Amino acid sequence: MEAVLAIVIGVLYGGGLYLMMRRNLIQLIIGLGLLSHGANLLIFTAGGLRKGGAPILDEATNTYASAPADPLPQALILTAIVISFAVTAFALVLFLRTYQTCGTDDVDELKGTDT
Amino acid sequence: MTLLPVLPIIIPLAGAVLCMLFRKSLMLQKALAVATSFMMLLTAVCLMAHTARGTIAVMNVGSWQAPFGITLAVDMLSSVMLVLAGLLAVAVSVYSCFDLDGPRIKFGFFPLMLILLMGVNGAFVTGDLFNLYVWFEVLLTASFILLALGGERPQLEGSIKYVALNLLSSALFLAGIGILYGMAGTLNMAELANVVKDGERGGLVTMVAVMFMMAFGIKAGMFPLYFWLPASYPTPPAAVSALFSGLLTKVGVYSLIRVFTLIFTNDPEFLHGLILAGAGLTMLSGVLAAAAQYEMRKILAVHIVSQIGYIVMGLGLFTPLALAGTVIYLAHNIIVKTNLFLVAGAVHRLKGTYDLHKLGGLYKERPGLSILFIISAMSLAGVPPLSGFFAKLTLIIAGLRAESWLIVAVALGVSLLTLYSMTKIWAYVFWKPAPAPLPDLDPMAPGKWAAFLLPMVGFTVLTIAIGVFAGPVFDYAQQAAGQLMDPQGYIDAVLGGAK
Amino acid sequence: MTSIILRTATRYMFPPLLVFSVYVLLRGHHYPGGGFVGGLFAGSAFALYALAFSAADARKLLRFDTRDITAFGLAVALISGIPPLFCGNAFLTGTWWKMPLLTGGVLDIGTPLVFDIGVYLVVLGVLLTLVFTLGEEE
Repeated sequence: MEAVLAIVIGVLYGGGLYLMMRRNLIQLIIGLGLLSHGANLLIFTAGGLRKGGAPILDEATNTYASAPADPLPQALILTAIVISFAVTAFALVLFLRTYQTCGTDDVDELKGTDT
Repeated sequence: MTLLPVLPIIIPLAGAVLCMLFRKSLMLQKALAVATSFMMLLTAVCLMAHTARGTIAVMNVGSWQAPFGITLAVDMLSSVMLVLAGLLAVAVSVYSCFDLDGPRIKFGFFPLMLILLMGVNGAFVTGDLFNLYVWFEVLLTASFILLALGGERPQLEGSIKYVALNLLSSALFLAGIGILYGMAGTLNMAELANVVKDGERGGLVTMVAVMFMMAFGIKAGMFPLYFWLPASYPTPPAAVSALFSGLLTKVGVYSLIRVFTLIFTNDPEFLHGLILAGAGLTMLSGVLAAAAQYEMRKILAVHIVSQIGYIVMGLGLFTPLALAGTVIYLAHNIIVKTNLFLVAGAVHRLKGTYDLHKLGGLYKERPGLSILFIISAMSLAGVPPLSGFFAKLTLIIAGLRAESWLIVAVALGVSLLTLYSMTKIWAYVFWKPAPAPLPDLDPMAPGKWAAFLLPMVGFTVLTIAIGVFAGPVFDYAQQAAGQLMDPQGYIDAVLGGAK
Repeated sequence: MTSIILRTATRYMFPPLLVFSVYVLLRGHHYPGGGFVGGLFAGSAFALYALAFSAADARKLLRFDTRDITAFGLAVALISGIPPLFCGNAFLTGTWWKMPLLTGGVLDIGTPLVFDIGVYLVVLGVLLTLVFTLGEEE
């Protein structure tokens, strides 16, 4: 399972970076999205792929009903997803405004401030 | 006392909420922003006093014990950074009360500024790696909007590069966190330090360390990852530029220092060597790029890069003296750089341009402003007896003691070139007669003008004061560096079950 | 968009979506759910309305400015951290009251619920600010 996920992560990173290096703003944003998915999946995989129940103690016996899974990677990923949701939404607004102001979605033409 | 470490986060958040609720009234927002900034400064000074004798203020948010919950830990470096952030907040909020146009304030400049400060403060106080990531995102999101606020074409173009590269760096940071968690099973920095110290899986640790170096390097504007900085920083209004140049890159630098003194000390020869090489190249490329510029704010922006090189150089040398130099340099740089941007903003306000060729003769018209500029500029270049001189001196002595001749040579050469750039601005903007007389765009009443200049006067006094009272400052920096070099105290304080 | 099907469906979908969002918010007390998902549900209800009618109509339906909702939510979340301070605990520590009910049971009410309500409002406010901004760009 780890091997499959490792390959998926690799594909996500590769695709994300490839799209980021394209000249189109929309592709840039999709690339950024893929990249953050790759990072999330990486946390998930690196945290250990184990089957297990919810890590909630039974009140009476003070033990776990079944061997629990590690909840932290999922909490981390949830936080990261929320953040990337907000940032992606903002980036969409920004790119739309840029497209309206500059009349182009080609990154190569947006270098007025580079020199 | 248990509340103290979290106050730097709560205060700006409360201020931002109030500003948002009262966003109809410009006056009230201004007053709230200035009041919040002063309170931030006050708490930061309290924290500094609390930690001055080497105690580390620790707090477990939500009473979840370390290493399971999120721990806030404030040591001497953190408290210096908090005080500097507070000073900068006060200066920028006062300045922007006079400088910003109504629409920008209406759109939410002050709430955004306070949220940004909350993110910055959060990054300075947190003792948890993932929490650091969250604070980074908070401050980045606020900074994205601040940068694009106003929606002029250069701003939007700069924002795209800024957003894209910073998101890339965040993804790298997140990936590093994932691998580290898989390896160590914790993200508490103190606990991580213990795990890494045990010395298993050294190769993997080094790889993760390089990932962190790249992630923070992008945010700090280190060579070769700084190209977004000169493209985006000079585009927004002066108050925003000043805030960004003073604080944002420094958060990256602070994180580098924190991570590479606390956690990744397993292979200093390679890792810190790499940082040192990066520092040298950062200094050189920054200062050379600045020499080619003829736009006041652009020169200053490119100079941020070369200054980052100096700050990181101390970390690369990794000796107590060098780290003390880094701490002094951080303080000096935040004060001086912000001040230069504020002065540039004042010049723009008067003349409506940043172009060196069009400006001129300002010394005759505004001697006060000119003196404020020249003091900060000389301090930046490292002329005694100003703060920059002592900061550079400490770093160079540290370099000589570590026998890193090359980096010392680079630092001295870059210092000369900095002087060249600063005198270039001085000669073009203030000294030479104006090529075509530019009218005063905005003749403020003398009283208002004085209030407008007040933050700059304050910073100028500070840069002189650091130079004059170099002894006590140096002692403090040395203590802070001692804490950084021997992180056991930090680890014990965090894991010792303090509440 | 002027689709009669979407408009009619939206009229019927809108109230249950809002009720369900509150249900999810309260369910988060002990089971999967919570302020974030609840806020997304409520936000999507208004987003659907904006899609079927117009962003301006949805704004009118909402009555409050989206930024006010965000600010209010932040304030609620911030205030939820304060009660534990009076019990000598750290900021944001979960603090609970047992409230006896008329029916004989006991209801646990805690600061995490207040925090969740804050999150609900923030998510709703931010989401709608973005949706409305994008919707009004046309």
